[in-house]
Amino acid sequence: MALAYKAGLPLKDMEFVQFHPTCLPGSGILISEAARGEGGYLLNNKYERFLKNYVPNKMELGPRDIISRSMINEIKLGNGFKGKYGDYLALDLRHLGEEKIENKLPQIRELAKTFAGVDPVHELVPVRPGQHYFMGGIHVDINTSTPVAGLYSAGEASCVSINGANRLGSNSLPECLVFGAISGEQAARFAMEHDFVNFPPEVAEQEEKRIFEELLKKESGVYPAEIKYKLKDTMEEYVGIIRNEKSLNEACRIIRKLREEFKNVTAGDKSPIYNTDIVEVLELDFMIEVAEAVAYSALNRRESRGAHYREDYPERNDKDYLAHTLIFKTIQGPKIEYLPVKITKWKPTERKY
Amino acid sequence: MPETTFILRRYNPEKGEFFISKYNVPYESDTTILAGLIYIKDYLDRTLSFRYSCRMASCGSCGMVVNKKPTLVCRTLINNVKKPIFIEPLYNFPVIKDLVVDIDIFIDKLKEVKSYVIREKEESIDKEFIVKPEEMELIKQSSSCINCMLCYAACPVFGADEKFIGPAALAILYRYLNDPRDQGKKERIKIASLSHAAYMCSLVGQCTVVCPKNVDPSFHIQRLKVISTLNNLGI
Ligand SMILES: Cc1cc2nc3c(=O)[nH]c(=O)nc-3n(C[C@H](O)[C@H](O)[C@H](O)COP(=O)(O)OP(=O)(O)OC[C@H]3O[C@@H](n4cnc5c(N)ncnc54)[C@H](O)[C@@H]3O)c2cc1C
Ligand code: FES
Repeated sequence: MALAYKAGLPLKDMEFVQFHPTCLPGSGILISEAARGEGGYLLNNKYERFLKNYVPNKMELGPRDIISRSMINEIKLGNGFKGKYGDYLALDLRHLGEEKIENKLPQIRELAKTFAGVDPVHELVPVRPGQHYFMGGIHVDINTSTPVAGLYSAGEASCVSINGANRLGSNSLPECLVFGAISGEQAARFAMEHDFVNFPPEVAEQEEKRIFEELLKKESGVYPAEIKYKLKDTMEEYVGIIRNEKSLNEACRIIRKLREEFKNVTAGDKSPIYNTDIVEVLELDFMIEVAEAVAYSALNRRESRGAHYREDYPERNDKDYLAHTLIFKTIQGPKIEYLPVKITKWKPTERKY
Repeated sequence: MPETTFILRRYNPEKGEFFISKYNVPYESDTTILAGLIYIKDYLDRTLSFRYSCRMASCGSCGMVVNKKPTLVCRTLINNVKKPIFIEPLYNFPVIKDLVVDIDIFIDKLKEVKSYVIREKEESIDKEFIVKPEEMELIKQSSSCINCMLCYAACPVFGADEKFIGPAALAILYRYLNDPRDQGKKERIKIASLSHAAYMCSLVGQCTVVCPKNVDPSFHIQRLKVISTLNNLGI
């Protein structure tokens, strides 16, 4: 995404980031939906199935965004359990019994035992929502073409928009298969039909110089970890599950500051062989780009839709925002445009559970 | 917070030699060895290279030798191993740098056993290929392999002769041989019967001991020996 964005391509719908309700606190390891699919309960510190106050008709099988927000709300109300990684809620599988857990959910049992030190047959599993999936990505059409002829993108990095503002579980791998195949065919056809375009070598030379002479050779500077953890905390705190104008403005401000700090970053490893440090530096550069695109797109969508929830604009507003966000990188900073949503077979209706 | 010492046996590719680095790492009851290594990289020594990705024992990229035992460092808690912790790159593979090994040999073995479903002819995919629960039962265990190569680091036969197809790839061969969708049985038995395949295994069993996913390559290889012998005798 960052590569495309830096090259001037628009990213689409970056404000829609899915959080998965049940991850282990601290490590963030995913406890799959299968746990609730098989009948697991989510409990607050009063040992109540608190979802009855939020999605009474769906309970634990409600959509990921609503369950994640309900969990954050329960924690805000003081109904979470206290833990060293902050407050959490509990996933209760005990009533399913050992046989069912072992046969149907063996991986979940193993993960809980290894990483949280609890056996779900006898104990509650601590959980809280964790960042899971990007609905947004590189702007492509139904044939995976980007606005640049001959450049294609598929998979989670792209946004064909089959996931809308809120992906449904397990749709991602089928998307990779379907659109991966399409982009392969498209790219092959394009290559057959077009002559090789001479790429200006100066562009590659300039990038090589930036990496190998500037980033790598710089003797002293800040190490990437410092900025990476600040960025992570900023995104968690201000651009997470519940957002508002103030938090998003704050996020954009901090990200701009981190972009400045990044100028002083250097790789601590100067070796030309398997240098994972230079990779981290390059990744951090990309993370800052993507973080800004998410925060800025979220700031400008003053409504709530799918996984994007603004407590200052809690309603969906089809009049102004039935549109895809397109964000472009410009010298003056990010620029937003909107692309109206093409409505075909299914008309937008209110989401009710 | 308690601290412990990580002693790393690293490889410097520019000098072509191994050397030792020691670091003090703070840890809690749930800190993994991988988290300890990331701490070292973030705060103590940026030159350290090691591989990891998923941090949840799924991708198979963080295999190393911990206190002489091939181990997935992301699923092993500091609390659960002897301290100070002595970490080396996976045995039996060429080392690229520090704790990173060259995995090409293993990738070639996956190709050799054709680790994919073979169909006699190309078909349109307009129907489902259903695998029944009882059929799944037969391949469940061997399908759990995450290609972490710990079993190769533990296998003295592979250590002595890298031609040996080895535990994981043979377990995977067994898995496809028993997959109800697979139509490559003849081809697979031919591979299993090669002199550097199943018969080369001398049943040390360390592969099964170190497997972090409870795969039992040792058993699968013995099954392959029986299946190919019977087949080759025409029984
Ligand atoms: C814990 C978890 C569980 C999930 N479970 C499911 C599920 O059950 N069902 C489902 O449908 N979806 C699931 N998803 C979502 C799904 O797994 C992902 O959306 C999907 O794997 C994305 O595939 P991809 O090939 O598009 O991208 P990725 O698998 O992320 O691959 C991108 C690759 O690009 C490489 N790369 C990145 N930058 C560069 C660069 N600059 N140069 C070279 N290489 C680069 C990366 O190293 C990586 O290998 C899950 C996601 C998570 C996190
Ligand atoms: S990091 Fe993926 S298996 Fe350890």
